[in-house]
Amino acid sequence: MLLVVEQFLNGLQFGLLLFLLAAGLTLVFGIMDLVNLAHGSLYMMGAYFAATFAAWTGSFLLGALLALGATLVLGIVLEMSALRHLYGRDHLDHVLATFGLILFFNEAVRLIWGPAGLALPLPAWLTVPVPILPGIHYPAYRLAIIIVALLVALLLYLGVMRTRIGMLIRAGASNREMIGALGINIKLLYTLVFGLGAALAGLAGLMQAPILTVQIGMGENILILAFVIIVIGGIGSIRGAFLAAIFVGMIDTLGRAFLPNLLRQVLSGAAASTAAPALSSMLIYLLMAIVLVVRPEGLFPANRR
Amino acid sequence: MKSFTVSKAVTALVLAGLVLLPLYSQLSGNIFILTLFTRIIILALAAASLNLIMGFGGMMSFGHAAYLGIGGYAVGMLAQEGVGSGFIQFPVALAASAMYALVIGALSLRTRGVYFIMITLAFAQMAYYVASGLARYGGDDGLTVYKRSDFSGLIDLSNRTQFYYLCLACLLGVVFLIWRIVNSRFGLVVQGLRSNEQRMQAIGFPAKRYQLVCFVISGTMCGLAGALLANNTDFVSPAVMYWTRSGDLMVMVILGGMGTLFGPIMGAVVFLLLEEFLSQITEYWALIMGPLLLLIVLFGRGGIMGMLGRAGRG
Repeated sequence: MLLVVEQFLNGLQFGLLLFLLAAGLTLVFGIMDLVNLAHGSLYMMGAYFAATFAAWTGSFLLGALLALGATLVLGIVLEMSALRHLYGRDHLDHVLATFGLILFFNEAVRLIWGPAGLALPLPAWLTVPVPILPGIHYPAYRLAIIIVALLVALLLYLGVMRTRIGMLIRAGASNREMIGALGINIKLLYTLVFGLGAALAGLAGLMQAPILTVQIGMGENILILAFVIIVIGGIGSIRGAFLAAIFVGMIDTLGRAFLPNLLRQVLSGAAASTAAPALSSMLIYLLMAIVLVVRPEGLFPANRR
Repeated sequence: MKSFTVSKAVTALVLAGLVLLPLYSQLSGNIFILTLFTRIIILALAAASLNLIMGFGGMMSFGHAAYLGIGGYAVGMLAQEGVGSGFIQFPVALAASAMYALVIGALSLRTRGVYFIMITLAFAQMAYYVASGLARYGGDDGLTVYKRSDFSGLIDLSNRTQFYYLCLACLLGVVFLIWRIVNSRFGLVVQGLRSNEQRMQAIGFPAKRYQLVCFVISGTMCGLAGALLANNTDFVSPAVMYWTRSGDLMVMVILGGMGTLFGPIMGAVVFLLLEEFLSQITEYWALIMGPLLLLIVLFGRGGIMGMLGRAGRG
């Protein structure tokens, strides 16, 4: 029981983290029509910034805030210097150019921080277990991730659906020429959206950093998960990204936790212990394949343009 | 007409260089260059196969490295299980790649555009994780191939020169095959589908079936490259299928000139020589390579073949 609740919460936490990453990706794709592979690099930079700033300031929260700002600025600089020139180009150009950016970021990190990973230690008040149900404790930090990510998701929803900027963003997604003709500075809007996406990726990275080590290439595996989520949820749809992210996070975590035991009951011990890791890492891709067969456009496709 | 001759002359020059390379290596005693170029030729073969679906078929596969791994693992696993004959290993490698391509293609081709890019990427990554989970065959650490494929005296893969020529023959054979395919009725339909799928469907061509066959052919060719690669390095590991390798292959195709017959070979030669050259200058070669890619995308339309064409005209 304890294990089930704990793994369930872990799945939720992982899913929400994936959502932060996928939301930025799908926002940038939905609005600027830009495929950004370097999104994972921004996630990695968020983690590196947080580890560095936290070590400088001596405060986890201050470090996290500074890192958030730094990824925002980095995203804006990246958009203005390089990615802006890719709008309206072929998707293949996006893939190649941002692939180049990944190489660049990985190497730059190796140059600046060295090949060894960094650690981002948690402050004491975030390491205590918190009782969530009678007799069941859950690490405070993971709980904090869940709360922060849910808050961000809510803010994102309100921001996009209820504010003037959000209205402009949605308008820009459906017809960029028209919104430009109406006197909106579309360039600035794009830069802001990209910066927002970068900050979301950075937030995901810095929140994940204390759980895993901060290392080169950390953004790449999770980026591919984010792709899977976008494909399942439907490209350009934030709601789809949210639901698919939770779904994928749950399946991945619960699969890894319980599949080995389940298999052991069906197969012999040796066969189960060889098949289980491969099968549990395949699970989400199988899920994606099933979704594709049933709904090639994803579960919640954004409104057609 | 003149533009034609410039790119043709350069292509002929490069091909002649590739044919004569073992001679140079023998005379100068530089064995390293032969090893390097064997690798270049194998990856050029993989790039050429990718070009078939990407350049001619308009299917942007970002998971092509998976076949390198499947072909390689077919050789490695059979060798481990005591089946050393190349007459069994190579057909199995090709068949396994074709099977994988058939399943992945049937699923992925339900989508298009960016979805297709992401899905092929995700499936290749799945193959990567599966290979990492193969505890019996080395898992993450990879699998050493202790004995190269045995073609019972027909050709000796452990002999550098013979192996080099085998790879070169495979590459030229595949390019010839692609040339025949592209100019066949089948190839014209596939290229028509790239330009306008709806129109082709309206004329009555079953679009997906044509694309799937093309996808499987391309995957099988790349499986051959994988089998050769495992023999070249005497080793196969999940890293062969890592998604950056798929990216490398894409870069080679674009760099050389997408949808041209010899472009991928040019791209592979230039890309891998550049990588080799930069990594000798600095440990941080990717710091230069990355922005270089960005610049190629932004300014180098049509890749090397395109530039040669323009140079001929200008």
